[in-house]
Amino acid sequence: MTLDDADTPSPAPRFHTGKLPNSKTQDGKPRLLLMGQRRSGKSSISNVVFHKLPPSETLYLETTTKIKKESMHSFMDFQVWDLPGQFDYLDSAFDSAEIFSEIGALVWVIDAQDEYLEAITKLNATILKLQSTFPSINVEVFVHKVDGLSDDYRSDTYRDIVQRVQDELSDAGVENAPVSFYQTSIYDHSIFEAFSKVIQKLIPELPTLEALLNALCANCRIEKAYLFDIVSKIYIATDTSPTDIGSYEICSDYIDVIIDITEIYGKIPDPNEEFTNGAEQIGAKEVGNGPAESLITLEKKGNYLYLREVHQYLTLICILGDDSPTDRKGLIDYNVSVFEHALTQVFPR
Amino acid sequence: MNAVKRQKNRKVLLMGKSGAGKSSMRAVVFSNYVAKDVRRLGATIDVEHSNIKFMGNLMLNLWDCGGQDGFVENYLTHQRTHVFSSVAVLIFVFDIESREFMADIQNYYNIIQALEECSPTAKIFCLIHKMDLVQARLRIQLLDERVELIKAQSRGFAETMEFYATSIWDQSLYKAWTQIIYYLIPNAHTIEEMLKQLAEVIDARELILYERTTCLMVTKVTRSEKENPYHDRFERISSILKTHKQSMAKHTGIPAGSANFAELQIKAAGFMFFITRLTENTNLAVCIPPAEHIFNTARLNIELSKASFASLDVASRKRPVEGSVAGSSSTGDLDRA
Repeated sequence: MTLDDADTPSPAPRFHTGKLPNSKTQDGKPRLLLMGQRRSGKSSISNVVFHKLPPSETLYLETTTKIKKESMHSFMDFQVWDLPGQFDYLDSAFDSAEIFSEIGALVWVIDAQDEYLEAITKLNATILKLQSTFPSINVEVFVHKVDGLSDDYRSDTYRDIVQRVQDELSDAGVENAPVSFYQTSIYDHSIFEAFSKVIQKLIPELPTLEALLNALCANCRIEKAYLFDIVSKIYIATDTSPTDIGSYEICSDYIDVIIDITEIYGKIPDPNEEFTNGAEQIGAKEVGNGPAESLITLEKKGNYLYLREVHQYLTLICILGDDSPTDRKGLIDYNVSVFEHALTQVFPR
Repeated sequence: MNAVKRQKNRKVLLMGKSGAGKSSMRAVVFSNYVAKDVRRLGATIDVEHSNIKFMGNLMLNLWDCGGQDGFVENYLTHQRTHVFSSVAVLIFVFDIESREFMADIQNYYNIIQALEECSPTAKIFCLIHKMDLVQARLRIQLLDERVELIKAQSRGFAETMEFYATSIWDQSLYKAWTQIIYYLIPNAHTIEEMLKQLAEVIDARELILYERTTCLMVTKVTRSEKENPYHDRFERISSILKTHKQSMAKHTGIPAGSANFAELQIKAAGFMFFITRLTENTNLAVCIPPAEHIFNTARLNIELSKASFASLDVASRKRPVEGSVAGSSSTGDLDRA
């Protein structure tokens, strides 16, 4: 679908700068590394988030036996590393610099339903190693599969893991390591939210984007605005008003509607050509038609959801909130095009 | 089909073994249930009636018949004429996972006999349900086997009956129900003709008429020169709309029955698409070539044609009686207030 096969190497040359990943080494794509114990759910995560596999189907995924590297035709780039017991990447024979110098964040997956002490030991070894070599890499710990735990037990487990990691780190003399924790599950939107927050840390332009979105919201009386990477359904920025998972969900469902319908009608078939996915069609240059745009008007509330493609990979979605009369669309259209113009200055295409 | 502007009541029986999924199916299609919520449904006691109003002058009179042996016995004896007379459609649901398929067949045979006696002109739709529980590669073969066995027991109906493999977890359910609705609608032809005219006027690639509450397709007109490779697109859109309705309901706090959008528009590369309300209980989905002027004229023309479509709806002033008789359902059952 949207991802290149792991085996096709990217043609662009890679440089070892040891700096933040979205410095100009390549196209500024944030790079992620997904690590964790065997069966902790890494492949499931990458398949659900990046390949749109239904969560129920992840049961049938085969065990990953080698490093999988996937490059998305999207705003970010990521790799999946499986760390089964036999494979020790901390070994000096292994060229860790090759990999770690490229990434911006290390996502470590811990299975919350399993025995996690060993995972924590490995995680800490990794964090300590990274602290000495690449201190700029953010370590993001996903306490995964929390859907299977009851509410009480879930927060207990989560707190226990956080506590253990931090204790061990401070015992080793490392304070304030860039480690954050998230509770995730592939069966709801939490995994996408967590990824969104991970990605946002890697975008140096984030404050600018937030300021732009704030201005847009204030001027059009928009309740909530998100800047989405439409392929992965991860948002890379939102305005600074409080977020709740509900607003994310509705936007994410909205994207599904658009993608599904675009898939049905977007491509007038050419029998010799394979179908590309909906997002690419939205991104495709088409004569006689501007960027993709969509609007949902509710019977009882006036305009409700607004979507507009504003960048090669990015789409603006606005929840217009209660009481947004239908005739305000002109204002929104205008302000969004101003926003779009500003965005092209932030991210030159 | 002419001037007699009367509401057409069509009696539809929903039968099958207890636990086959009849009420779940009804809840998903007609009462805005999410597939995973149907586990909350209890057993159906005796018969639950519901009336659903459709485009045109169709009133669906759905009898959800509890499938436990005691009730079935009762239908076949004391209530035989009450239940089986003047039936337009019998929907018989088979559970693919059933361990006593032969007993199901026997039960089916008894019902067929009763039906043949009381309403020989009825049409039978046979739904082989819970297909999601069967591995994908075994489905076709298993289905064929079952179809053969069922056909052998269908007496005079064997020729006309139709079979569908369904599951509440995907759009196959909508596919089957769309066919059922299409069969029942008395003036489908008139509606289709009007849609065709409309499609010509606005230069649409495709027009699809959906019932509002159920998101089932009533009819469609395609005039795109190239064939769309997604033959299941109508059910897919049904399913998309339904899912979206639920997510809107959840977010806005409006009950799912009334979380209707007035309009949804998508303008993308290569096409423009919008869904708008056409009559009291239908939505029209329109796919047109990508151009702003076509889009605007299409909207205008649809607005203008609303009146003539509304005239097909009879008794639009009279609110249909809704809601099931027995109160087994918990949330948002058939609410269309």
